[in-house]
Amino acid sequence: MSFVSYLINGISLGSVYAIIALGYTMVYGIAKMLNFAHGDIIMVGGYIALTAMNAWGVNPILAVVLAVIFCTILGVVIERVAYRPLRKAASPLAVLITAIGVSYLLQNVALLIFGADTKSFTSVVSVPSLVLAGGSLIISGETIVTIVACMVIMICLTLFINKTKAGQAMLAVSEDKGAAQLMGINVNGTIALTFAIGSALAAIAAVLLCSAYPSLTPYTGAMPGIKAFVAAVFGGIGSVPGALIGGLLLGVIEILGKAYISSQMADAIVFAVLIIVLLVKPTGLLGKQIQEKV
Amino acid sequence: MRKFKRFFAAVAAVTLVAVSLAGCGNSASKETEAAAEASSDAAAGGVLKIGGIGPTTGGAAVYGQAVKNAAELAVKEINAAGGINGMQIEFQFEDDEHDAEKSVNAYNSLKDWGMQVLMGTVTSTPCTAVVEKTHEDNMFQLTPSGSAVDSIKYDNAFRVCFSDPNQGAASAKYIGENKLATKVAVIYNSSDVYSSGIYEKFAAEAENQDFEIVSAEAFTEDSKTDFSVQLQKAKDAGADMVFLPIYYTEASLILTQANSMGYAPTFFGCDGLDGILAVENFDTSLAEGVMLLTPFAADADDELTKNFVAAYKEAYGDTPNQFAADSYDAIYIIKAAAEQAGVTADMSVSDICDAMKTAMTEITLDGLTGTGMTWTADGEPDKAPKAVIIKDGVYTAM
Amino acid sequence: MKKMKINKTTKNNLITYGMVLAVYLLVELFIAGGKVSSLMQGLLVPLCVYVILAVSLNLVVGILGELSLGHAGFMCVGAFSSAFFSKCMNGVMPDGLRFFCALLIGAAVAALFGFIIGIPVLRLKGDYLAIVTLAFGEIIKNLINVFFIGRDADGFHFSMKDSISLKLQEGGEIIMNGPQGINGTPHDSTFTIGIILVLLTLFIVLNLVHSRDGRAIMSIRDNRIAAESVGINITKYKLMAFIISAALAGTAGVLYAHNLATLTALPKNFGYNQSIMILVFVVLGGIGNIRGSVIAAVVLTLLPELLRGLNDYRMLIYAIVLIVMMLLNWSPKALELRERYSPKRLLAKRKEAKEAK
Repeated sequence: MSFVSYLINGISLGSVYAIIALGYTMVYGIAKMLNFAHGDIIMVGGYIALTAMNAWGVNPILAVVLAVIFCTILGVVIERVAYRPLRKAASPLAVLITAIGVSYLLQNVALLIFGADTKSFTSVVSVPSLVLAGGSLIISGETIVTIVACMVIMICLTLFINKTKAGQAMLAVSEDKGAAQLMGINVNGTIALTFAIGSALAAIAAVLLCSAYPSLTPYTGAMPGIKAFVAAVFGGIGSVPGALIGGLLLGVIEILGKAYISSQMADAIVFAVLIIVLLVKPTGLLGKQIQEKV
Repeated sequence: MRKFKRFFAAVAAVTLVAVSLAGCGNSASKETEAAAEASSDAAAGGVLKIGGIGPTTGGAAVYGQAVKNAAELAVKEINAAGGINGMQIEFQFEDDEHDAEKSVNAYNSLKDWGMQVLMGTVTSTPCTAVVEKTHEDNMFQLTPSGSAVDSIKYDNAFRVCFSDPNQGAASAKYIGENKLATKVAVIYNSSDVYSSGIYEKFAAEAENQDFEIVSAEAFTEDSKTDFSVQLQKAKDAGADMVFLPIYYTEASLILTQANSMGYAPTFFGCDGLDGILAVENFDTSLAEGVMLLTPFAADADDELTKNFVAAYKEAYGDTPNQFAADSYDAIYIIKAAAEQAGVTADMSVSDICDAMKTAMTEITLDGLTGTGMTWTADGEPDKAPKAVIIKDGVYTAM
Repeated sequence: MKKMKINKTTKNNLITYGMVLAVYLLVELFIAGGKVSSLMQGLLVPLCVYVILAVSLNLVVGILGELSLGHAGFMCVGAFSSAFFSKCMNGVMPDGLRFFCALLIGAAVAALFGFIIGIPVLRLKGDYLAIVTLAFGEIIKNLINVFFIGRDADGFHFSMKDSISLKLQEGGEIIMNGPQGINGTPHDSTFTIGIILVLLTLFIVLNLVHSRDGRAIMSIRDNRIAAESVGINITKYKLMAFIISAALAGTAGVLYAHNLATLTALPKNFGYNQSIMILVFVVLGGIGNIRGSVIAAVVLTLLPELLRGLNDYRMLIYAIVLIVMMLLNWSPKALELRERYSPKRLLAKRKEAKEAK
């Protein structure tokens, strides 16, 4: 029975990673950049939702909406100010380093505004826990909501990309920016839209992450951010279903590794599995093979 | 080559900005310095410069900020009451980001400022690096909370808090002697010096006691959000007590997760757990029945604690934790030792140190973290840990 | 024409060496005159450490053209292996010889890890390679934290659980204590040794870059398939760059370990954050520009220390300066503006550009 319980906890953790990884992977697919500040946008989303609920007394649903709106705006502003000027830079590393700068900036601004103390997050989930098998297996409401939210987001995102004009524009831009521009697609607008969606997802991930693991500091986002980056690569960066699979697998491996191998080496195990997967499939589980031309 | 020139131009520009900014900062601090000097000259005793080091940014910022705030509070009080032997205290706190290398930089920076006594560093690993430097310079060092054994390995260094081995052994003895449990599970942070240090001594002492450690599970700095596995293992092993030699940030998560999985053992912790009730927004009913060995409880009803907590809340808006209490005591300990040793502002750093380290073994102090505290020459405090239990959302003595 | 070119390279290299030597002499002069603050004196060895790290990473990022996010892992390996050696041999060997051996050991062990990590490098590209190097760095850090090694009359004891399970006899000594790391490493690093190592690093890297091997490595960067088609052994040259880079990072680790009394593998000093910090030096200094790496490492290490006067706003300002520097140095628009105006008018014109923004 404890195995099933581990598995469910793994899926729950993995679902949070998956939602964060979706944001990573979308931005990567279209802007071809690793947005290291993504994890910190999660942290900002968490603080906004918490402040809205506690200081302004807003109800949880509205707090989530506020966090989503704020993060969306933040994501678009960051893209416009810090990333867009570097899009045509001589090396793709330039924008990566700027993203790190933005990450430090967000952390330190949060440190000055909210202070370093840990804040406990009020869960926005009011679904009761599910008690199975006579009490030996308990699935918390947060776990259920996280998994359901992850599935819904994933389906909506797939529909959006495949069925709407804006989604098709995203695909076109990710294939070939120049050709997309010639076809009359607003490349800058499309990239901004991607950042908006990615950041909105980060806000949702923030609320789910903090509801399941209720502690919030200015550095809360950093580690889940890196883990989600790993998940995105795991599944094949740039691929939406890949992010989901990568996130879930990462969560399950982390929990099972801790449970059955060593709790001290959980991270080493996760990273070792990642390396093995990449050695077998060099572009991740669902990544596209790119043919090189001279 | 052109690229290099471009880069250099930018660097030059930035360096200029940086230097001028730093210049501004310096001149500002110099002004306050001058002001302080002027006022202290009126008091006719000179100025004693006390430096502090700790993390005020980065993941451990919460501890550094508590120490900084409480120390500034104590300095203000002492200065208002006439200072030490008529000397006014000037206090400067530097950030070390909880990194040994940055901590040594901070120490050197304080030396340039003219520090005569060091109150720091806050965290253990940086403290072990800095104590080498204070030993070289023969500067008196008192750490409020650096608890590793090596953190005060020279005779110029003392500490306010208990050492890690001391806490681990004391906890095991307390649990054994009071028959609080028969099966104990431990959850500790294996990447943290404080936590793993306590755990090791706890496990060693447990062999002599009447209870059994049924599971010992670790977590690391990089995976400290999900504790379901560690709790599940404790539950499966049938532990009726979980020992948490960790800080309250992670402990609050563990309590929440244990609650949501329907697991309700007794939780027992050390001084790191103090502060759990002050976590903003935390559901204190979850901490009901948690026991901890701590020298300080913010809800204690003695005059000293009450005044300190009220003053701290007024100045900084939140409840002080044990780090703040250690730091507040540290400043008063420096005061007591300096008075005992007859330190004057014009003494050299080395002379102050020699006088103070003898004085430390002679003083007895009633502080926030213990009554009748004394020190041995190896720097360890002699005070009794208090066991408290959380009842109805407040700490109650056991 | 050909002769001219060789002269230019040599001249360029000489400028780089001369710069380092001049700084060294100046600093020594000032120290002798008592004009250097304690903060600056304390920073001298770390500066050398970061310069070596930046130059060695530039070999992989700039010359080989692969993104590595695990450089701190090599430094970590070098630091711990050498500190372990020094701790064991302290008092057995003369200090100078012991430190020299420690340097060799640190570099050799790091090179070995460079070889192990170099193997996946041959299969992976771009961001996938970046994540694998990041993963290796994190694994190394994680493993170091579970190693417990002790020594008593019976010899060495090893455990991956905790120090109790070492079962040391009375009088035994724990050398490596898991997360508590290695304490009491002798303090051997000096600024002079640091500068010698910096010069050695520069010598190795600059000579490699301008050698036949170096040109082969750069041809892989510019076009792998074309390089392969003219008979360049890609495996060999990629591994060569990786191993040399790792060995140099290991040397930096030795210098780091023997500068502080305590050595622990925290996310702050050996985690991916540190690797990224080194990458920042490389990118800001100019990818492939060795001298740029030296300058960027020095400036960016000094910056947060010079900003100490700002207290709470220190790291905030640092982040803003970092972003602004990146935008000014890399944004095509900013570059275009700089191209258009002569350097004399550059400063005045930049102000306008800022206002226009």
